[in-house]
Amino acid sequence: MGAIYRREMGSFFTSGLGYVFLTVFYAFSGYFFYTEVIESGISDTSPMFASMFIMFLFLIPVLTMRLLSEEKKNRTDQGLLTAPISLWEIVLGKFFAAFTLFVIAECIVFVYALILRYLGSVVWTSLIGNFTAMLFLGAAFIAIGIFVSSLTENQMAAAVVSFVVMLIFYLFDETLLIRVKDETFREILTALSFRTRYYEFTKGVFSLSSIIFFLSTAFLFNFLTVRVLEKRRWS
Amino acid sequence: MIEVKNLTKMYGEKLAVNDISFTVEKGEILGFLGPNGAGKSTTMNMLTGYISSTSGQILINGKDIFENPKEAKANIGYLPEIPPLYLDMTVDAYLNFMFDLKKCKLPRRAHLDDVCGLCKISDVRKRVIKNLSKGYKQRVGLAQALINNPPVLILDEPTVGLDPNQIIEIRTLIKKLGKKHTVILSSHILPEIQAVCDRIIIINKGTVAADGTADEIAKNITNEHKMTMRIEGETHTASDKEKITEAIRSIEGVKYVRADMEREKGIYDYDIETDGKTDVRRELNKICSKNGWNIMMLQLSDLTLEDIFLKITMGEQIGLEKKGKKSKVRINLVTEGNAEAEAADEKSAEEAPAEKTEDTENAGGDK
Repeated sequence: MGAIYRREMGSFFTSGLGYVFLTVFYAFSGYFFYTEVIESGISDTSPMFASMFIMFLFLIPVLTMRLLSEEKKNRTDQGLLTAPISLWEIVLGKFFAAFTLFVIAECIVFVYALILRYLGSVVWTSLIGNFTAMLFLGAAFIAIGIFVSSLTENQMAAAVVSFVVMLIFYLFDETLLIRVKDETFREILTALSFRTRYYEFTKGVFSLSSIIFFLSTAFLFNFLTVRVLEKRRWS
Repeated sequence: MIEVKNLTKMYGEKLAVNDISFTVEKGEILGFLGPNGAGKSTTMNMLTGYISSTSGQILINGKDIFENPKEAKANIGYLPEIPPLYLDMTVDAYLNFMFDLKKCKLPRRAHLDDVCGLCKISDVRKRVIKNLSKGYKQRVGLAQALINNPPVLILDEPTVGLDPNQIIEIRTLIKKLGKKHTVILSSHILPEIQAVCDRIIIINKGTVAADGTADEIAKNITNEHKMTMRIEGETHTASDKEKITEAIRSIEGVKYVRADMEREKGIYDYDIETDGKTDVRRELNKICSKNGWNIMMLQLSDLTLEDIFLKITMGEQIGLEKKGKKSKVRINLVTEGNAEAEAADEKSAEEAPAEKTEDTENAGGDK
């Protein structure tokens, strides 16, 4: 797992993808920080975190699109799959590499917190709560992205499909759910809604069940990725 | 070292590898020979655990590749048809990655220096792989397979796309490696297999068509021997030719005779094929002396690997064509009524032996 993790991290920075990801994220999150926190004069960072959700919808597919599709296309998967390691090690190595870059990006909020502290006071509980929620949301999204990447040889297709999948999870919000007549169906959709679960945190509620939900989503999709790799050998 | 039992692979409905069994002993260099699409790569991919088999068993060093994949794979170095290179890495970074990936416990610097020296890539270690030439890429692929000193090396067409000098270099390297490792390599280039391998398995249409050393295969599989004779007749004309051909054909054990070109004035060469069991040389001598012909030359020419390969791989094809012709005749038979059917039957009966000679000519003619 270590070898794959190190290679992917190196590859993020030699290919430049890591720099693009970080630059774009820092630029836009800085903009949201300025407009939604500093300019509006609120010391609570929750609105900024709410906007970051949308940014990650666009940026995470970029991070995950080539992780497995490129291996398949360049036939480098033959090297990985014939090495004495398990499929879980391959998938998790890639997952944690993408996750590390995601965490590096997200940690910018602590720089913002320092700026806020200079200007006034920081609501640390809200900031830490939101930070944690975003961490687990990111883990779930990255696992979905890697899963989609394992299904195709085409990077662009992987990026577009994972974006669409994440967008669907995003659209499951109250305005949509309220139109669902059937009550049990609505309850199921509410339970699956990433947005509702995530927005709970931005409203200052720390929900352990949502953390567990994101974690199990991450696990489920990593598991499915392993199954896809396994199935490919048997077809 | 490697045991393969009843290996079968189906891609959907298509049978890619059909019931292949063989064993490879320690320190043996085994060559997989077969036309394109015969199932060489599929077999190799199964041996290395890249794809699964539909049925059958593979033991590498006593470890089942599907039950104990980690332990079995640790014994294998694999160079696939397309080397699994990350083009954006430098050679050094890539080899270090493979070193970690294989969980190699050997001293890193010394081992990588060793491998690079062996594959002659020491001078490109700082370069990015995508800028390397095809030959260097292939050698980096080979270096990658050698990391961790695996007892088994599986090389899928290791010399494809290399220039003649590089081919010779790689061959010498493989021979050298064969002293310490068990090597399986595949190729559709005959001289290569002949030059490098101790043992040959010819794969055709997913089945083992022949297994043994080049000589063994020549003896056992084709069961035929060829010789060329130069005989001087009485009259130095073409009528000699027919007479001599007839006479030789009448000898027991001779399968096929053909008069070749006129080599000296009025003297012809005759290609003779025997069934391999009877030695016809004495009998030939007797016939010649009885008729007053002079034997100017007798040369035994055993079948080369190339002849065998063509016989095995083309033979089936010709057989298929024959079948095709026959079924065509049968279609005629249905549409054109009974009277012509008999004629057609006769025709096909006549055709069959004629084609047989054609078949053998094909095999021998390419030599």
